[in-house]
Amino acid sequence: MGVSDDRKPISLEPSPASTSPSDHPTELDVTTIRFAGDSGDGMQLLGTRFANTSAIHGEDVITLAEYPSEIRAPAGTLAGVSGFQMSIGPQDVFTSGDVVDVLVAMNPAALKANDNLVREGGIIIANADSFIPKNLEKAGYDRNPLETDELAAYQLFPVEISRLTATALQEFDVPRAQVERSKNFFALGLISWLFNMPLDNSLTWIRQKFAGDEGVILANSQALDAGSKYGESNELFKTNYVIKKPEKSRQPGTYRYLSGNSAVALGLITASQLAGLHLFLGSYPITPASEILHELSRHKEFPITTFQAEDEIAAIGAALGASFAGSLATTTTSGPGMALKTEFIGLAVSAELPLVIVNVMRGGPSTGMPTKMEQADLYQALWSRPGEAPLVVLAAKSPKDCFHTAVEAARLALLYMTPVIMLSDGYIANGSEPWRIPEIDELPPIDVQHHSDASTFQPYARDPERLARPWAPPGSPGMEHRVGGLEKQDGSGQIDQDPENHQRMTYLRAEKIRRVAQEIPPLEIEGDESAELLIIGWGSSYGAIARAVMHQNKLGHPVAAVHLRHLNPFPSNLEEILKRFPRRVVVENNDGQLWTKIRAEYLLDAERLNKIKGTPFKIREIEDKIEAMLAGGA
Amino acid sequence: MTETLQRKDYLSGQEPRWCVGCGDYGVLKGFTAALAQLELPRENIVIVSGIGCSSRFPHYCSTYGFHGIHGRAPAIATGVKLARPELSVWVVTGDGDGLSIGGNHFLHLMRRNPNINVILLNNRIYGLTKGQISPTSPTGAKTKSTPFGSVDRPVNPIQLAIACGATFAARIPDTDNKMITEVLKAAHNHKGVSFVEVLQSCEIFNNQAWTKVNKKSERAEHTILLQHGEPLIWGNNRDKGFRFNGFDLEAVNLDDPSVDENDLVRHDAHASDPTLALKLAILDFGVSPYPLGIFRQVEEPVYEEAVWTLDRTIHSVQGASTIHDLLRAGETWTVESGSEKQAIP
Repeated sequence: MGVSDDRKPISLEPSPASTSPSDHPTELDVTTIRFAGDSGDGMQLLGTRFANTSAIHGEDVITLAEYPSEIRAPAGTLAGVSGFQMSIGPQDVFTSGDVVDVLVAMNPAALKANDNLVREGGIIIANADSFIPKNLEKAGYDRNPLETDELAAYQLFPVEISRLTATALQEFDVPRAQVERSKNFFALGLISWLFNMPLDNSLTWIRQKFAGDEGVILANSQALDAGSKYGESNELFKTNYVIKKPEKSRQPGTYRYLSGNSAVALGLITASQLAGLHLFLGSYPITPASEILHELSRHKEFPITTFQAEDEIAAIGAALGASFAGSLATTTTSGPGMALKTEFIGLAVSAELPLVIVNVMRGGPSTGMPTKMEQADLYQALWSRPGEAPLVVLAAKSPKDCFHTAVEAARLALLYMTPVIMLSDGYIANGSEPWRIPEIDELPPIDVQHHSDASTFQPYARDPERLARPWAPPGSPGMEHRVGGLEKQDGSGQIDQDPENHQRMTYLRAEKIRRVAQEIPPLEIEGDESAELLIIGWGSSYGAIARAVMHQNKLGHPVAAVHLRHLNPFPSNLEEILKRFPRRVVVENNDGQLWTKIRAEYLLDAERLNKIKGTPFKIREIEDKIEAMLAGGA
Repeated sequence: MTETLQRKDYLSGQEPRWCVGCGDYGVLKGFTAALAQLELPRENIVIVSGIGCSSRFPHYCSTYGFHGIHGRAPAIATGVKLARPELSVWVVTGDGDGLSIGGNHFLHLMRRNPNINVILLNNRIYGLTKGQISPTSPTGAKTKSTPFGSVDRPVNPIQLAIACGATFAARIPDTDNKMITEVLKAAHNHKGVSFVEVLQSCEIFNNQAWTKVNKKSERAEHTILLQHGEPLIWGNNRDKGFRFNGFDLEAVNLDDPSVDENDLVRHDAHASDPTLALKLAILDFGVSPYPLGIFRQVEEPVYEEAVWTLDRTIHSVQGASTIHDLLRAGETWTVESGSEKQAIP
């Protein structure tokens, strides 16, 4: 039994004992499935539902949403293809998969755009009804690929999804437009049968999602059922599949399925509750960060104010005003929005007010590739402000890690009275995975108080350990004070242009951020600690790096990895770790931004592996680099 | 034990760094007098500003203050007000800060109608950067950046504010302390956004901007004081008035026997229709008297009240929650100790 990520083909052949598919399904290890169709075909919904069902069924799952930046690109064209990829497996699923084992293609364009991702011998299920001359022409096919030997390398299953959905709904008097909209549920039913997943979860979801619209509930439920029955009763498929049982059991607890953007929202609410503070979000809609605004806007069961501002600048400005007024304040955006917020971030540094700034990175520069992932805003986060304006920069490594990173970002902002930039990206923001929900006592305490003693109050006096200044929101008599962007006198906070004072204040602000390192746990090495080669990564490349190192170690190749959540300041033991490994390679979805900072900070050289294609690293790409370096080259 | 605060108790003691003769001093005086007369506790006042001479204001008051960045005071103030609706929030801005770099925020502050008071000191010039045209400079203005005269058309702050939905709009001169105090008190007492334009002189770069208003000898002839319910009359001898001629405001001489004083237009600041306020706003020197006073004062839903009322209403329906329940909302499943896969539908 192979692992698709290792490029060893998984066996999709029926097991010898198989008589009837459902009785003796073929066992699979980590398997990658991709749903592709027109951007209006409901592929994201179909994929999300199947991933959710798989997670609830106990599988490990990671998903990748790939969709065009247009709401509805011209139907049937390559530009309009929307894709949803997921890897499922018994354990250790860290990425959405290198190569596709099963492709569901709803039209010729979806097939054309994706068939090269499918492994030799992999399964392609195509909606045969949409392979009509008009659609074939739009996709650039001269001949119908379902009728030629073009796809001979794959197991091809043309299924008349549209017609079969219509037949299933014939007796229920469903409007034609709804029949068309229900065909993705037929596909979901079929794929659920193929992987031996129960339908209950999807049926419950349909009833909840479309509550009040009995016609839609009926149509979608019947289509789902018809898809499953089609798989079971039809001789087309010789077998169906089941994911192997895991070798090690999961950590006990309550689990849920979670996307990165939802995790950020939940993390921020959790942090506000841990700190006992009102939560304020100022935001402006931007891809791929808007879901955080949407999620926080729903939760009126907590003291949360969400403010959709007139622009990115007002969004952070209002957040900074709320911070001054005593709230846990946050603003969420992506790269172009970060650029607009720059001046306010500088003001937050100068005013020394707590603020969480979330940047869900996308392809740049400028408008770039809004729906694609990239890690190219690290320089911007670290250095893009006028003057000496250091702040804390954190990055999340996976969808569920967005929760913990958001909690930590808020905690550090409050404890150190500083803006904190949290970096996520389009891959983990829209990607999902199962998450063991932490108990309250597993979360870090956030012990923060507004200053209450007027007799000792000085707006820029500092706590000797952290160098944080006191936080005295309006409403407190005797502590009336002014903050702003002009240089302030150490202690009193009065406007001060004295040269000695300016240098002292500059050093104090820098030292405060350096001291954040005392809150950071020692960085841990993964993989073979005795190796000479170290992979250094940050952010969403974690899954691919971890799998690559794990597999290389299994092959006996000595390699280790560290993954940084803390990009400023670095963990205290990073330098010592770097020095233990004579060869180092920094892996990033940019042109070498962490690489620059590491070399600048430690005068230690490193090689680099950079991918700037709008898509995450494949495990194989990292393994190729490791193998090349171990073989003596690069 | 509450002591009545005097005007000077609202001053921080920091020496203002404004030029000698700057109109800002008068505004600071009138403003602090208003705070004292309103008996507002200093700790409940927040003054927010942007960048420019006018934006030094917060530093000179003994209240909470936020000296922000250029043009963005409305954004900061909106955040303060949304987070803490009980605070008395003031924005102090200028013609460049508020209407040029901050023009977008100005629009949205006016249309949302939060209970924030905006004082815009309009000197029709960039002073702190040493003399360039501002968006209120008249066409033809010769400045360092327009040595041959500006070709830009100026914006009219009152007209703009009302067009953006301001529920309170007033114009006052920087030389009339009593009027400054009275209008700022009215602005404070107004529920919703209050916009107050101060006609302010820059002694150094534009000291001729408002001579017809600021010189007592000229004011009566060249301005008209708007008073709700009163007829529109002005002049040294109060001998001129406005009546309607079709849609136009027609200036008439009250000495003319054919003019009946009962036909004069009575100012109605409370009209929900902003047409009269806009017609008054576009009156300009040369052809008409320049209106001072309160153009418009109407009640509309207040932004932060609407936000908090909606949030509280939804909260009362949904009920309070805990982190524990929040994280477990929706589809979850449990893994028991020792088990491998256990699905809970």
